[in-house]
Amino acid sequence: MADVIVPANDATAPAPTGEKMQATRNKVAVEMVGVHKWYGDFHVLRDINLAVERRERIVICGPSGSGKSTMIRCINRLEEHQQGRVVVDGVELTNDLKKIDEVRRDVGMVFQHFNLFPHLTVLENCTLAPIWVRKMPKKAAEENAMHYLARVKIPEQANKYPGQLSGGQQQRVAIARALCMNPKIMLFDEPTSALDPEMVKEVLDTMVQLAMDGMTMMVVTHEMGFARQVANRVVFMDMGQIVEANEPNEFFSNPRHERTKLFLSQILH
Amino acid sequence: MTEETVTIPTSGGALAPTLRPPAATVGALGWVRANLFNGWFNTLLTLLSLYLVWLIVPPLVKFLIVDAVWTGTSREDCLAEKVGRPVGACWPFVRAKFTQLVYGFYPWDQHWRVDLTFALGAALLVPLLIPRVPYKALNAVLFFGVFPVVAFVLLVGGVFGLQHVETRAWGGLLVTLVVAVTGIVVSLPLGILLALGRRSRLPIVRTFSVIFIEFWRGVPLITVLFFATYMLPLFLPNTWTIDGLLRALVGVALFSAAYMAEVVRGGLQAIPRGQNEGAMALGLGYWKMMGLIVLPQALKVVIPGIVNNFIGLFKDTTLVMIVSIFDFLGQLRAAFADPNWSTPSTLFTGFAFAGIVYFIFCFGMSRYSLFVERRLATGYRR
Repeated sequence: MADVIVPANDATAPAPTGEKMQATRNKVAVEMVGVHKWYGDFHVLRDINLAVERRERIVICGPSGSGKSTMIRCINRLEEHQQGRVVVDGVELTNDLKKIDEVRRDVGMVFQHFNLFPHLTVLENCTLAPIWVRKMPKKAAEENAMHYLARVKIPEQANKYPGQLSGGQQQRVAIARALCMNPKIMLFDEPTSALDPEMVKEVLDTMVQLAMDGMTMMVVTHEMGFARQVANRVVFMDMGQIVEANEPNEFFSNPRHERTKLFLSQILH
Repeated sequence: MTEETVTIPTSGGALAPTLRPPAATVGALGWVRANLFNGWFNTLLTLLSLYLVWLIVPPLVKFLIVDAVWTGTSREDCLAEKVGRPVGACWPFVRAKFTQLVYGFYPWDQHWRVDLTFALGAALLVPLLIPRVPYKALNAVLFFGVFPVVAFVLLVGGVFGLQHVETRAWGGLLVTLVVAVTGIVVSLPLGILLALGRRSRLPIVRTFSVIFIEFWRGVPLITVLFFATYMLPLFLPNTWTIDGLLRALVGVALFSAAYMAEVVRGGLQAIPRGQNEGAMALGLGYWKMMGLIVLPQALKVVIPGIVNNFIGLFKDTTLVMIVSIFDFLGQLRAAFADPNWSTPSTLFTGFAFAGIVYFIFCFGMSRYSLFVERRLATGYRR
């Protein structure tokens, strides 16, 4: 595929605050400022500062237990942060349930284990939220769903149940299901980790396609090929902190921190 | 698979021919050999079972059918001395007492109201249970919303020129069905709410649910009924009278709701957290997430448990006898006291009949639940 050239962002720039935030609201999709989180006494996220611009594609990597998943799950409030600010598309996440729902409507998420609804057909999986959350008429929701199922290249499976599909197909349905809500931001939590090796490519291809269409994406993954190909920035996390964030070429060829070098040497044999 | 070379069939290559299975493994004989006489232990069990069947079935058939008396008007016709042959079941007794067993002491000229209620209930329930019949939503509204009101008006009366019939006069199968159906219809939704409440993150809701469930599970149904019938009036002002049957109904419904809650909770626990997260990530709120995603799966898992509760409840309704409400079994026992029908086999006949009636209802529920389970088994997991 053709390389998508997007200017890399300077991750070291301070996150915009106050009035400046208002000004950049239209540009910034996700903003995390000084975010901390604990599980009991365990400090999982330590002072996370990250701003993601519209149409930007961030790949997040790091050893297991480093807080990558927890971080992106804070963005749609599947996890609650205890300190700092998380602002998604201009809406700050607080305990306000209305705001949480508002954010979740506009943020799609794809999980490691797909989390498709096994009692519903593929089509019903894709139309459920548009019908019940967006109040879309059933007919329109079905057309919408078929459009996205065609985009992930499985329209012919629409009337099957998730259990009848392969892992790769299920994950593509999960992507289609999220897209049916017409999200502004897509979060991917290790989308290929639970797949058989021969199915990884079909899912990655779908994600690359999505990236080319200009979707704002945050992807937790160990697929470094994917990172090189589509990421604007690669974020490396360890011990609940963002250790390093850089555009992919720099990140892979010239990592600054020892910890990053060690990690890269372990995964890029 | 071949022995030496493992050939992987491709779409281009020829597949091994499809063969018929060996004759000894198919057909009735094959089935018998494979299931009944495979090994000495199973052979022993088979013979033992056959012996038991031989021990039980022939005398049963002899009592219920062969030696049974089918016609008659009084005990004279069911006494061995008078008839001059061994006498089995005395079916005329059941026939003579049939109306009492069904209607209790409901006024004779008003029986049509009960019949109409039964017919209406059946007419609404049967299409509801058959998946192919359309208009399920309307049907459900009619059965769960309209029917109880209509049934109440029809059975109690006092309006529209219908004669008022006190619940004290009700009895027999009528009471059994009223108590069982009310218990079943109320306990499932209430149980679901309690189960959700027990897993709620809101401390007050959770505490209330836990206390409610543990209280009702902790006391025997008989105590509940006694309390509702004899103790409650002592605490309430004199002018405040609650109908006796209604009190029993509430007691039974709350009691079974507590049991139902725990069954449903078991189902909720079987649903992986990912389902909640998948629903939440799509922006579904709590009630939509539960109603559309979690409960349909959770309830499907616990259908056997739910139906188990229904069946238990159906049979437990007979405990209302303790508080002088004469359900089906209560009326049967009252009928035994009739000297006109006292014969050596009356008791057995009556209980055999009761057994058959209960069995039909309970077995019906059991089979229907199996049907639902199979129907809902959409190929999957995860």
